[in-house]
Amino acid sequence: MDINLQSAKKTKLFAKHAEAGAKMVEFAGYAMPIQYESILAEHKTVRESVGVFDVSHMGEFFVRGERALDCVQEVITNNAAKLVPGKALYTAMCYEDGGIVDDLLVYRLAEDEFMIVVNAANIDKDFQWMSRHDFAGAELSNLSDEYALLAVQGPDSQKTLEKLTGAPIDLEFYSFAQTTLAGVEVILSRTGYTGELGFEIYFKGDEAAAGALWDAIFEAGAEFGIKPVGLGARDTLRLEMGYCLYGNDIDATTNPYEAGLGWVVKLKAKEDFTGRTALANVKAEGVTRKLTALKTEGRAIPRKGYGVSANGEIIGEVTSGAMSPTLGHGVALAYLKKEFAEVGTTVEIDLRGKPTPATVVELPFVKK
Amino acid sequence: MNIPENLKYTKEHEWVDVKEGVAVVGVTDYAQGELGDVVFVDMNDAGETVSAGDEIGSVEAVKTVGELYAPVSGKVAEINEALEDAPETVNSDPYGDGWMAKIEMSEPSELDNLLDAAAYRELIGQ
Repeated sequence: MDINLQSAKKTKLFAKHAEAGAKMVEFAGYAMPIQYESILAEHKTVRESVGVFDVSHMGEFFVRGERALDCVQEVITNNAAKLVPGKALYTAMCYEDGGIVDDLLVYRLAEDEFMIVVNAANIDKDFQWMSRHDFAGAELSNLSDEYALLAVQGPDSQKTLEKLTGAPIDLEFYSFAQTTLAGVEVILSRTGYTGELGFEIYFKGDEAAAGALWDAIFEAGAEFGIKPVGLGARDTLRLEMGYCLYGNDIDATTNPYEAGLGWVVKLKAKEDFTGRTALANVKAEGVTRKLTALKTEGRAIPRKGYGVSANGEIIGEVTSGAMSPTLGHGVALAYLKKEFAEVGTTVEIDLRGKPTPATVVELPFVKK
Repeated sequence: MNIPENLKYTKEHEWVDVKEGVAVVGVTDYAQGELGDVVFVDMNDAGETVSAGDEIGSVEAVKTVGELYAPVSGKVAEINEALEDAPETVNSDPYGDGWMAKIEMSEPSELDNLLDAAAYRELIGQ
């Protein structure tokens, strides 16, 4: 174990990862499993049966009080007013200039209570940002260290969890229930980062309680060949769907429109929120570059930072790339000058000194 | 960790098996484990004359990419074309079917610069 890992925070499932033989890495200050046996095998498990991710490094904030909705609405681009309790949405949170602070999930737990789920690397930044913009005076708390989060994803995920609820799970996409699972109080959410039928399970409790729930899920899923899945496969799974990863595909220097996230910016429904003026300008003027999906023919991997060119001119850079385990060829997201972002356009990715043809395609890479 | 006694090793985690003046080259069991799932082996064409230390190909795994260097000087007589369709062989059989190149040695004395199994085991802390 290297020095980074010794100083890294541990999730409540740390012992379970060691038991399962995980290869651990430092990610956003946490010791996290990158893989157990094989990224490719774990990827396939999620596409074909069911896999379990410990994503407890993600942050959970709670916003409570009469003005909770106003507090949330001020910082997000999407419209939380349309959420009834039991519904969640995906949104961007933007700076005044339209750059992205983070992408996050907003859960409406009650009329006057929301849970905000943020990226691990952004927990402190986001909490400060929300606190500074809490003009409404809501009650904000950061309970990231108290909450564990497991994602159970794949076609057999529902059948697995129904064995623990003892009743059919009747949840639409982006709906959730506050219920018990194997005796543990959880928020059971039909959401995920894989493109498969899947659930995310938020819960409090000590290591023993977290370990017991982990064990119960694996026992329930044994008949489907359930496996633990690390961050390596989480990345290839999300990329096959074209989902953005903060720090790669979106950050403070990119705005939601160029990232293909214009659908979470509600200029009509919301008259005021942080970043609205800048975003309205971007929308009116149009973007100059677009996050574009590229595929290559071979198995060489287009990786983050590789240059993209057309007619000998640099037109952009890869922000995420992989050899798609499902498709067997290279896939990448890259910001390209707008005129090269049309589906069918041929460009070249510089694969470590080898200019390699790539074609602009539609997302998702893997059609579900 | 499998470190066969009869092979020579490099600090870059490659192995060399000398057969009748030809050096068969691949990556070690330790290297394949560190790389994780190998998805693409990109070898330079056979026929090239190389010096010890020259890059002769690359090994792409899901999370990372590693260079393959010529452990000895000579002519790359053959590359393992079977890895094109089955790169995972590097993970499953690194010292056998996962071999990557055969080099006709021009300076056999360079073999003396390579590590034996005991020295390699020490290098990786086994």
